[in-house]
Amino acid sequence: MDKFDKLTGIAAPLPMVNVDTDMIIPKQYLKTIKRSGLGKALFDEMRYLDDGSENPDFVLNQPAWRDSEILVAGENFGCGSSREHAPWALKDFGIRCVIAPSYADIFYNNCFKNGILPIALPQAEVDALMEEARKGANARLAVDLEAQTVTTTDGREIRFEIDPFRKHCLLNGLDDIALTLEKAPAIASYEDRVAAERPWV
Amino acid sequence: MTAAKPKTLYDKIWDAHLVEEAEDGTALLYIDRHLVHEVTSPQAFEGLREAGRAVRAPGRTIAVPDHNVPTDPDRAAKLDSNEESRIQLEALDRNARDFGVHYYPVDDIRQGIVHIIGPEQGWTLPGMTVVCGDSHTATHGAFGALAHGIGTSEVEHVLATQTLITSKSKNMKVQVDGTLPPGVTAKDIVLSIIAKTGTAGGTGHVIEYCGEAIRSLSMEGRMTVCNMAIEGGARAGLIAPDETTFDYVRGRTHAPKGAQWEAAMAWWQTLHSDEGAHFDKVVTLDAAEITPVVTWGTSPEDALPITGAVPDPASFEGGKVDSAKRALEYMGLKAGTRLQDIAVDTVFIGSCTNGRIEDLREVARVMEGRRVKDGIRAMIVPGSGLVRAQAEEEGIAQKLQEAGFEWRQAGCSMCLGMNPDQLAPGERCAATSNRNFEGRQGRGGRTHLMSPAMAAAAAVTGRLTDVRELA
Repeated sequence: MDKFDKLTGIAAPLPMVNVDTDMIIPKQYLKTIKRSGLGKALFDEMRYLDDGSENPDFVLNQPAWRDSEILVAGENFGCGSSREHAPWALKDFGIRCVIAPSYADIFYNNCFKNGILPIALPQAEVDALMEEARKGANARLAVDLEAQTVTTTDGREIRFEIDPFRKHCLLNGLDDIALTLEKAPAIASYEDRVAAERPWV
Repeated sequence: MTAAKPKTLYDKIWDAHLVEEAEDGTALLYIDRHLVHEVTSPQAFEGLREAGRAVRAPGRTIAVPDHNVPTDPDRAAKLDSNEESRIQLEALDRNARDFGVHYYPVDDIRQGIVHIIGPEQGWTLPGMTVVCGDSHTATHGAFGALAHGIGTSEVEHVLATQTLITSKSKNMKVQVDGTLPPGVTAKDIVLSIIAKTGTAGGTGHVIEYCGEAIRSLSMEGRMTVCNMAIEGGARAGLIAPDETTFDYVRGRTHAPKGAQWEAAMAWWQTLHSDEGAHFDKVVTLDAAEITPVVTWGTSPEDALPITGAVPDPASFEGGKVDSAKRALEYMGLKAGTRLQDIAVDTVFIGSCTNGRIEDLREVARVMEGRRVKDGIRAMIVPGSGLVRAQAEEEGIAQKLQEAGFEWRQAGCSMCLGMNPDQLAPGERCAATSNRNFEGRQGRGGRTHLMSPAMAAAAAVTGRLTDVRELA
């Protein structure tokens, strides 16, 4: 798993609520058997016009935000489908951190498996950061996972909360399958117990 | 001796599957059934291969292709028509055989949508934990199983360890009291719940659906309700098992038999929330007030009674004002238009929400003596090969074809349009599926969600229609 510790980058404003994973990456890109190369498909329907050319109105096509590494969005980000292609596409594009008031559960989980930090902040803070983000390349946000802070260009520090185990895994880029495999004896003893108690399972 | 603390149904299933739990709440949860389909699993199996890992419990793992299989009546001839889909189907085939998991290939009559065949084959049982790389895994909660969607990295984790690293959600109760009026179905219940709670109302929670209106639903109806728990933000929905559940499960291929059945029943009958159990959130609805509903926008929470009109975006608050404006523009609708005046081009009946035999019977009932309006494309995609066969045996298939419906092979089909079953830009569809997101059924396609009965009524008139008033 990829590490995440610190990031200073351009933040793109996406002031929409309920951004669903179909919107983040539509179905025609789910036919891949790989995890890589999905950045070009990120936000496909908003990002490209019907003839396949870039939609100049979409934020990530505008010069100031083409190299964004942070996305600031509205509440319930990542709702809908469980497709991990959504964080794969974000990451392949270069987005390593999302800031929003709230997330759908499965998307939130999927981010951590891919070295992406989803930060949840109160609506008022997100609104303020959205304004910052509108300044484009002139306003870079600094994210520090260890300190759990987002810092604006004028030095204002905003603290965010995060589950300690997820933080630990992300900071160290831990492979959670390897971690769990170390617990094989506990899993085996659970299986033995259940085989006796609920043999029909 | 003090009495044990009352537990919710969710608490009980959670406790029965804990391998271990750390002080910070991070838990290792054992998974009884892992369902796998072609779209979200190839990268997970590849990860196992690269790391030289095996599938820990192949006997608990069930694979089936459903998302991008063609549903044409002659689909064997169409399997090669899309190169990427073919590669993905071949990958599942190879992975299922290499890793030795249970597998229903595309030409097996038991093939179908993963959430339809799990219950159909008796894989899904009360009190189990069920996961799948698909958000509509919530469907299996209808059996009182803790079932939810996971991402592909978690699919790999479950394949390798048969466990999931997770933490406990909060308990939410959605109580639907009273009796449903005629013409109102499970789909209307769940859309009405989401309209009330919003698409994020259940985030961080596991919902238990309770109350007389839920109890009186068939298993098919209960699956429709739990299926859309995720559209209300909850990863999982639950309904306590009862005689309706046991009657459905009894005799299914992978359900316990004989003494094991008796032992299972003894445990299953304890699977209900105790009197006085704590719920963090409670929502109550009166079934008598639920009407047939349709969605007008691009979020499942955009649901209104069919007797209503397209709302004015200004009537919303906060970020929802802009999203309603955007939704109306995308949907090509004007505020104030009567929902019943909206004309449709296509009718889609199927999906893991409403692709079961009872749904098809409901459509047949509405179509009795009626025809699909000229010019409307109406398709029925049964949820599994066995549902299809049963409908043919009951004579439903023939009647519906005579009434003007296309009769297709099983799969996810136009619910998400990964196969060729898609809407063209601007096309409008009355759909029995679960998501009306932008582009969901095809780029630029416009989706109105509703019950099978309402979709059938729309097929008859060519517009959104109150099935109760169908002349």
